[in-house]
This record gives sequence, structure tokens and C-alpha cells, in this order.
Amino acid sequence: MNAFSEALATAIALLATFDAALVEIVALSLRVSLSAVALATLIGLPLGAALALHRFPGRGGVLVALDALMGLPPVVVGLVVYLLLSRAGPFGVMGLLFSPAAMIIAQTLLVVPIIAALARQVVEDLWTEYEEQMRSMGAGPRQALPAMLWDARFTLTTAVLAGFGRASAEVGAVMIVGGNIDHVTRVMTTTIALETSKGDLALALALGLILIVLSLSVNGAAHAMRRHAAKGFA
Amino acid sequence: MTATATIDITGPAPPAATPPSILPLVVEDMSFAIDGRRLIDGVSLTLEAGPRTVILGPNGAGKSLLLRLCHGLLTPTGGRVTWHGAGAADTRQHQAMVFQKPVLLRRSARANVDYALKLKKIARDRRRAITDDVMARTGLAAVAETPARLLSGGEQQKLALARAWALKPQVLFLDEPTSHLDPAATAAVEAIVEDMRGDGTRIVMTTHDLGQARRMADHVAFLHKGRLLETTPAESFFERPKSGEAAAFLRGELRW
Repeated sequence: MNAFSEALATAIALLATFDAALVEIVALSLRVSLSAVALATLIGLPLGAALALHRFPGRGGVLVALDALMGLPPVVVGLVVYLLLSRAGPFGVMGLLFSPAAMIIAQTLLVVPIIAALARQVVEDLWTEYEEQMRSMGAGPRQALPAMLWDARFTLTTAVLAGFGRASAEVGAVMIVGGNIDHVTRVMTTTIALETSKGDLALALALGLILIVLSLSVNGAAHAMRRHAAKGFA
Repeated sequence: MTATATIDITGPAPPAATPPSILPLVVEDMSFAIDGRRLIDGVSLTLEAGPRTVILGPNGAGKSLLLRLCHGLLTPTGGRVTWHGAGAADTRQHQAMVFQKPVLLRRSARANVDYALKLKKIARDRRRAITDDVMARTGLAAVAETPARLLSGGEQQKLALARAWALKPQVLFLDEPTSHLDPAATAAVEAIVEDMRGDGTRIVMTTHDLGQARRMADHVAFLHKGRLLETTPAESFFERPKSGEAAAFLRGELRW
């Protein structure tokens, strides 16, 4: 118990003094996860909206697959990206393995299904309300798609936040494709795993506290967004 | 918004040339069935340019379906719907519909009108002039920047009409546009429809409100259980309905 309170005191000291190692790790974590979520948003929102608005053979299967991919274990995504980027893999020549870029790719793959599946649901619900009016004005699914995304913007923000929550919290994928190399690919979650196994709890605890605050902020923002949306703007 | 060098105070530019009419609309032996149930059954009807047609009938008669089939939102399962006018090559551009419950985009009132014009690929300056014009004519200028979803029910339906008006439709379909509105808002909506007719728009509307039908109909099409029982000038319909069902409906005694 004494060891724990000592670790907690050190952790708070690290946070209070903006410890250089700590700041470096947090900055890389945010860079990787925010980049991944930005990419996943660019891919996932139009993809989800297109799936919501278009009817094609095999659509049911695609939707089931998309929902299933939402729950994909990060280690599996990590393994797949590892195989693709390793020297012998199809993209091996690019030399991306064990780099932040590889981590961004892995997290993007992890987050796209979440954003796309949630966006699909949201836009499909909205389309049942809008379809007749849109078609009456001469807009088919293709023309209506941008307006559908815009009109669902507040609810879609919560989908993006859910994606960020997933990216910033996962450890399996970034561990495998990043390798947890000090000063290069060490992020918050991989550091916590490593330092805890080493018995060095102070840094792990400090990072854990930051992750908790981050998670609270993301969910607070999502909650505020839903309340705003309920007011009638969205 | 960027500063513009000139401000348009002249209102919308006059149309370059009146496009050829898409009317008449000819409906031949049209049916619409879902799971074998005939909801519209062998309806034949011709809508010429000019007078206002009110489709009357009790709940469940198929009034809304008939309107959607004419507007092209639904495809008939039997028979044909054809526009026969000289401009019939491009019918979608020249008709509009206002629904019972207005569907408004989640943006400002004027942006709703602007969006409909943008779909028609109208240039920005023209869009602004047309939007200002219809907002003023429908009495919505003061709430133009208000989010459409925060408007009152009456204002929302007026905005739906403004959006339709901006498109300068040759034919406007209205599906019970006042059934959710109070008498004042109903009167305002009827006045706007009347103004649109003055602008040359052919009005086709459904209602189950006999008072409204008397006020607004030149012709009445009476629908009962998916069948068109009569199409007659309004006066003779209200004085001497031909079918027993219509007479019962006017007495408020129709059972279905």
C-alpha cells in the first residue's frame, strides 16, 4: 500500500512538472490517434452514408460484416497490418513497420468500421424522414448524400468521438505494429503495459490518469453534443 | 460571407422565357397494390392546366397515394401516368409537392429554400434574389435566419410552401397541408396557395376538410376505397353529388 501511495505521489509530480518523457509520450499518442480518427472520418462517414442510401445486391451481408468489424480485436488488426507491412509483405518496401505511420494505419483500420457503422445507422434513420421530400426536389441518393451528412452532423460527431475513444484506448494494434520503441513509437497504452510489467508504477499511473481524463472529456463532449442535437438543430 | 460589390434590389430577374407546359397529366386505369391489396383501383383522370383540383375522400380512401403516384414518388402497379404537354421531356423540374408534415433540413429557413434552388443548379446571385422574394411573399422574412426546426408548425408549413414557390412549379401537389394547423395558420397557407395559383401554378391538393374544399376547389375528385367515384366542378359536387357515397360523405355519414 505504501508503494502504491508513493507511486501516486510520483505520478502527480510527473504531471505537475510536465515531465519531458511524459509529454513526449502523450504527444505521440494524440498525434497517432487524432490522425487515425481524422482519416477514418474521411473514409467512414461517406462510406456509412453511401451504405445507408443505396440498395444493391449483397447489401445485407456488407452491413453484417461492418457491424462485426466494429468489435474486431485490436491485436488481430495489428497482426494483419504487421503482415502487410513486414519486409516480406506486399507493402514491405515502404519500410513503415515500427513507425508512427504504421500505428496510424492500424488505428485507422480499427476505427473506420465504428464510424461507418454508426454513420450508416444515423443516416438511414434520417433518410426515412427525408426521402420523399428529397426525391420530390429531384435529389436522388447521390445528390442528397452531402446534405444528409450535414444534417446528421451533431449525431455523427458522437460517432467520431466513439472512434477516438476506441483509438486512444487500444493497446494491441499499436504494440504489434509500433513495437513500443522508446522515443519512436511509445504511446500511453503501450507504456502503461510495459512499465506495469517492470513494476515501475509511477509513469504508468500518471498516464493512466491522463487516459481517464481523456475518456471523461470525450464522453462529456458526446453527451453535450447529444443534448445540443435534441434541441432541434439536429 | 464575402462582401459583394453590388446589392440586388430589383428582386428576382424575370424568367428568360416561360418553359412549355408539362400539362395535361393523363392517368389511365391506374392501380397501386401492396401485397395484393388494391389501394388504388382503376383510377382514370386528366388534369388540364388552369383550375384547382381538390381530391376529397374519407381517411384511408387513398388520397395521399394518388397524389404520390401523380407526382412520381410511387410507381403504379397497373395502368399509366403520363404528362402530355410540350414540356413533358423534363417533368421533375416543373412540379413540386408540399407534405402533410413539412420535411425541413436542419439549417436556417432561407438555407432550406436555397438548397432546393441549388439542386436545380441556379446561380448564387439568382438564388439569393429568389429566396429573398419568396421569404417576403410568405411573410417569413423576419425569421429567415432562424433554424427551420425551431419555427412554429405554421411557419414550417409556410416555409415548405416558400421552398416550393421558389421552384416556380407548373404543378404543385399539396397533401393535406393544413391538417396539423390552427385556423389562422390554415388561412395563411390557403392565401399563399392562392398567390401561387395567381403566379400560374396548377394546384392539386387533398383534404378531408369540407370547408377547405369549398374554399379552394374548382374541381373535386372524390375518392372512396381507392376508386375515383366522380370528378365534377366543385359547385355541382357540393349541390348535387352524383354518387351515393359522396352524398353520404357530405352529410358526414359515410362509413368505410
